[in-house]
Amino acid sequence: MDDSLLALLESMQLIRAFEEKAGMMYGLRKIGGFCHLYTGQEAVAVGAVSVLDLGRDYVLTGYRDHGHALALGMDPGAIMAELFGKATGVSRGKGGSMHLFDPAKRMLGGNGIVGAQIPVATGVALAQAYRGDGGVTLCFFGDGAFHQGALHESLNLAKVWSLPIVYVVENNQWGMGTNWKRVSSEEDFTLTVAGYGMKGLSCDGMDLASVRGALREAVDRARTAREPCLVEARTYRYKGHSMSDPQKYRSRDDVEEYRKRDPIDALKGRMTDSGELTEARWAEIAARVDAKVEAAVAFAEASPEPASGELYTDVYSSPRAAG
Amino acid sequence: MSVITYREALGRALDEEMARDGRVFLMGEEVGEYDGAYKVSKGLLAKYGPDRVRDTPIAELGFTGAGVGAAIAGLRPVVEWMTHNFALLAMDQVINEAAKMRYMSGGQLSVPIVFRGPNGPAEYLASQHSQSFASFWAHVPGLKVLAPSTPADAYGLLKSAIRDDDPVVFLESEMMYGWKGEVSDQEFLVPFGKAAVARPGRDLTIISFSKPARAALEAADALAGRGIEAEVLDLRSIRPLDEAALYESVRRTGRCVVVDESWPFASVGSHVAYLVSRECFDRLDAPVALVSGEDVPMPYNHALELAAQPLAAKIEAAALRALYREV
Repeated sequence: MDDSLLALLESMQLIRAFEEKAGMMYGLRKIGGFCHLYTGQEAVAVGAVSVLDLGRDYVLTGYRDHGHALALGMDPGAIMAELFGKATGVSRGKGGSMHLFDPAKRMLGGNGIVGAQIPVATGVALAQAYRGDGGVTLCFFGDGAFHQGALHESLNLAKVWSLPIVYVVENNQWGMGTNWKRVSSEEDFTLTVAGYGMKGLSCDGMDLASVRGALREAVDRARTAREPCLVEARTYRYKGHSMSDPQKYRSRDDVEEYRKRDPIDALKGRMTDSGELTEARWAEIAARVDAKVEAAVAFAEASPEPASGELYTDVYSSPRAAG
Repeated sequence: MSVITYREALGRALDEEMARDGRVFLMGEEVGEYDGAYKVSKGLLAKYGPDRVRDTPIAELGFTGAGVGAAIAGLRPVVEWMTHNFALLAMDQVINEAAKMRYMSGGQLSVPIVFRGPNGPAEYLASQHSQSFASFWAHVPGLKVLAPSTPADAYGLLKSAIRDDDPVVFLESEMMYGWKGEVSDQEFLVPFGKAAVARPGRDLTIISFSKPARAALEAADALAGRGIEAEVLDLRSIRPLDEAALYESVRRTGRCVVVDESWPFASVGSHVAYLVSRECFDRLDAPVALVSGEDVPMPYNHALELAAQPLAAKIEAAALRALYREV
């Protein structure tokens, strides 16, 4: 992974532009069903993935997965085609927005059941430990998943088995329309995991450097000491839970407050101040990103629908195995 | 050829597959230090160590999901549930994860995993520990479901299951673990989707699987005393299902009794009865009968719990009715 700051800024901007376009495509009914946008949270996926070794590490996440997929370098065209349900999609049109997979890019999904990816990710880390291959698994989920039994069973397993896993809770503060404080007995998630004898780190999910610092420490700890960790990244989603969310549970002012701390603007400002970024350079980045997103849409539009015969493929490892 | 128990047959299959393939490991409640809640894994911890015979906390959702994750990452886990009754806590991981991963990923992921443990009623265990969930698993595309009733089939099917690239749910039973049978000393596999003719006959077909297959054979013995030759088919594999073998037999005999120890509503038995009724309609001389568990939670009292199960007398009576004979 090229971890130069400019590349990370571009990766964040790609997610922003992709999600804005996905929202438009949803409005045009090119995309259906549930579509959960990542806008506002870009620093978390990009910062976390930037500290991984993509030769041996893995990422699993929930249904708000476009950002993680793009941060891992999955092809925007194949992702957009998946959202369109096309045969050329990353999951051949059978997964959709919530189920983006690309093992070659270390992405093991894309999970639609809140928190269900957490035991699965714990098992991926178990396989890494079993083989002793030095790999680490990064498991993303939201504050809404934090109270699932699946998480608590997994934290315990990871600790008793010393698994190389980092649990990243992207606390965007809203589990659909429920504020996390209303449903959390302990608001400091690092204290909760301390009860499992696990190190918990906090970071500012609106700040790329803060995310990278915490994740670097957590991933190192998991890789070298086989110490599982949890990182809470406090962040905010600008859009509704999904495209159908009228957001009556929060005010426009709340969203605007967070937009003032926008992770992309903040990084741009800092890099401009330090002389690492010029207006011309930013224009170049933004144009390149826009062209990629336009090309992704064009690719998705031009791609064929899955053939009707695809209905019955990939249920089992061989077609004759069906019942 | 050796006479061994069903439990020993499963243990032998696990041992051989773990020796053959370093990716195979066993995890579950009491599989290691305790040598197995039902001693299926006896001796394996000593032989393979705690990484490959991995004791888990009592957290079915968590460790079942960890098995799924290990499988997509390239290992071949065997997850032992102390019973299928406890597997209800893990259903999300089996149905939403294991069964869907290949399809949802457009064929990019494989989930080579075996979920196994005792299923169905035993004795004096009351309602929460005496349930057969065959149809819960069999309902789900993406899963394979096996239910052997003999030590030889338990051995050969478990070996096939461990080598398979799809998630397999394996149904055993507390009562069957002590059952004995001949098993070849030579290694062999039993393929999926092949029913066994447990007893040949010409007058009617009795179809069963798992523990009730023995009750079906007892009923066939009793029927033989009345001069009736029942053919007993043991499905062994529920999904994939050997439909051809069922139809061939029933078209020949013209009568069919299906035996399933689970509840009758939407069961494997009711589905098999429907398939046979549809596919053998022109050749049937009597309606297809279903002898199931009674449609009640299992009572503790022994006489009542026996009355709730499809034992030989009920099967024999159903066979006689199918032959329009005096019961």
